[in-house]
Amino acid sequence: MNPKQHEIDPRQLLQQMLLIRAYEEAIVAGSGTGKIPGTCTSVGQEAAAVGVVNALAGDDLILTNHRSAGHLLARGADPGRLLAEVMGRSDGYCRGHSGSLHISVKELGIVLTSTIVGAELSLAPGVALSQTMLNRPGIVVCFFGDGAACEGSFHESLNLAALWNLPILYVCENNQWQAFVHRREATSRDHIADWAASYGIPARTVDGNDVSAVLAAAQEAAAQVRESGRPYLLENWTYRTRGHFEPDDQAYVDPAEREAWLARDPIAMCRDCLIADGHLTPAQAAALADKVASRIAVAQSFAEASPFPDVSELTRNVYA
Amino acid sequence: MTTLTLYDAVGAALTEEMRRDHSVLVFGEGIATKRHDLVQEFGARRVRNTPLAEGIIAGTAVGAAGTGLRPVIDLLFAPFLCYAMDELVNSAGKLRYMSGGQFSFPLVTLTMTGAGWGVGAQHNHNNEAWFVHSPGLKVVMPSNPADAKGLLKAAIRDDNPVLFFLDIGLLYQPGEVPAGEQTVPLGKAAVLRAGSDVTLVSYGKTVHHCLQAADTLAGKGIAAEVIDLRSLKPLDEATILASVTKTGRLVVVHEANRLCGVGAEIAALVAEEAFARLKAPIVRLGGPDAPVASSYPLEQAFVPQAEAIAAAAERLCSYQHA
Repeated sequence: MNPKQHEIDPRQLLQQMLLIRAYEEAIVAGSGTGKIPGTCTSVGQEAAAVGVVNALAGDDLILTNHRSAGHLLARGADPGRLLAEVMGRSDGYCRGHSGSLHISVKELGIVLTSTIVGAELSLAPGVALSQTMLNRPGIVVCFFGDGAACEGSFHESLNLAALWNLPILYVCENNQWQAFVHRREATSRDHIADWAASYGIPARTVDGNDVSAVLAAAQEAAAQVRESGRPYLLENWTYRTRGHFEPDDQAYVDPAEREAWLARDPIAMCRDCLIADGHLTPAQAAALADKVASRIAVAQSFAEASPFPDVSELTRNVYA
Repeated sequence: MTTLTLYDAVGAALTEEMRRDHSVLVFGEGIATKRHDLVQEFGARRVRNTPLAEGIIAGTAVGAAGTGLRPVIDLLFAPFLCYAMDELVNSAGKLRYMSGGQFSFPLVTLTMTGAGWGVGAQHNHNNEAWFVHSPGLKVVMPSNPADAKGLLKAAIRDDNPVLFFLDIGLLYQPGEVPAGEQTVPLGKAAVLRAGSDVTLVSYGKTVHHCLQAADTLAGKGIAAEVIDLRSLKPLDEATILASVTKTGRLVVVHEANRLCGVGAEIAALVAEEAFARLKAPIVRLGGPDAPVASSYPLEQAFVPQAEAIAAAAERLCSYQHA
């Protein structure tokens, strides 16, 4: 199935972004009270995740990283099982062995999640090799940040993917921050997309806070990877509005820069646009937010009720 | 039986397993060049040269193994594994566990090490213990062509990542290899010579030094039992303990640095599990805490030789408790 052929309801995109935001805000609130372990949130980057994931087909495979809530939820992961995983409970997708940082959900095609910055890039060519050698239809989508693009694995991965004709859609979420370092201090170019040209890989930078723009760019990129069997790099220009890891006082952040990006909040932009275009009334928008809030409340109850793994799980699944 | 070198035994195992299972593929630094017969039989899709970039070779293998293929990769020399540590240790070794068992990683990493070619410390570093210490990985190091073939066939069929160390000094030594389907199970040591007085435990080229030492010891009326571990993880604890229970004396020998080497684990195992049976202290013989020099006499001096092994065993046999 090529999702490009189907009209995607923009209200569905808004709802997914609201769900991601509510989910991460619940984690932030819970980590403040010590109830939930801290995580790396993707607050401010929801459009980048939702736009790309909605451009994919069901048999496409996704590799993500430590900032994965958007990818997981947009792909249809159950927030209750995600929260259970974050809280180390046995109903988590990884039986509580992962925590928030490396959640994989094989049944949704979210595979081999690693929190080592750049590891997703090192693993992606192999996943794409499996797709081509085993004649499976899906392409491989690899989400990484501007920080990962500074790892050698980014360059090694792009070189091999171009050399071996691997169907990989590289998606760089350039959120301006590499842990506690601004990308200006760490990256020789403003745009990661510029580097793709060295490897003969087509690339494009899109406004990562505009969900419609991301969706359209990702549909086009995914179609190109599907048709050519070759890699493509899409850079989502966005911003991490919260810290690297919760809690984080962000004292190192220039308030003016953050304010400017907050004024371009992807959820507010999408909602205002839908209301202005007549796709949504303010009352309907409020109802969507309520619906999402109650879903997160149910998820939280589910996660809290889930038992911790038995100590016998300590050495389970080390070896096949 | 046919006579093959260890290098050709590896080729025979690859050929047989690639015929048997179409999900097996090999790639690495020059493997399609050096083993061109594989390219001729299986084609360029299943036998690939790669860039000289160990990280992406290993990462690609892990990604492929986690999603349905059974890759064998050639990373040439063991010190080069340093470039692939994240992929082997953090990805191959941990992602099965961290995902709650959603993935498995059937992949084999071939790598060479050990004295023999005078290649110096950045091509010769017996770092196998690093991987024994890393969860989720299996580690093997054969001492002869027959075991190399049988262990490699078993490693390719295993659903876990296996580090496969090839001893440079043994690579072109010929040996008898059983024809056809014969696997050597991972985690099973071989008792190469039975004896009741002292146990010599080793792997790789120093197994042969132990066998030479056992000959010398036999001339002095000492019956040495020689155990070739073959697999370092899983470790065949039962065979080691059964032998030491019988002999009461243990010499552990390996080329790798003695400090925190595999021998330290074996000595600790025997001290914990068979202390009451010991008639003498345990002896470990291994390389020094030094990089390996290229110069021939220094490279040879790094490796425990038969004379030192025999002398250690003899001392143990005349040991008297104070």
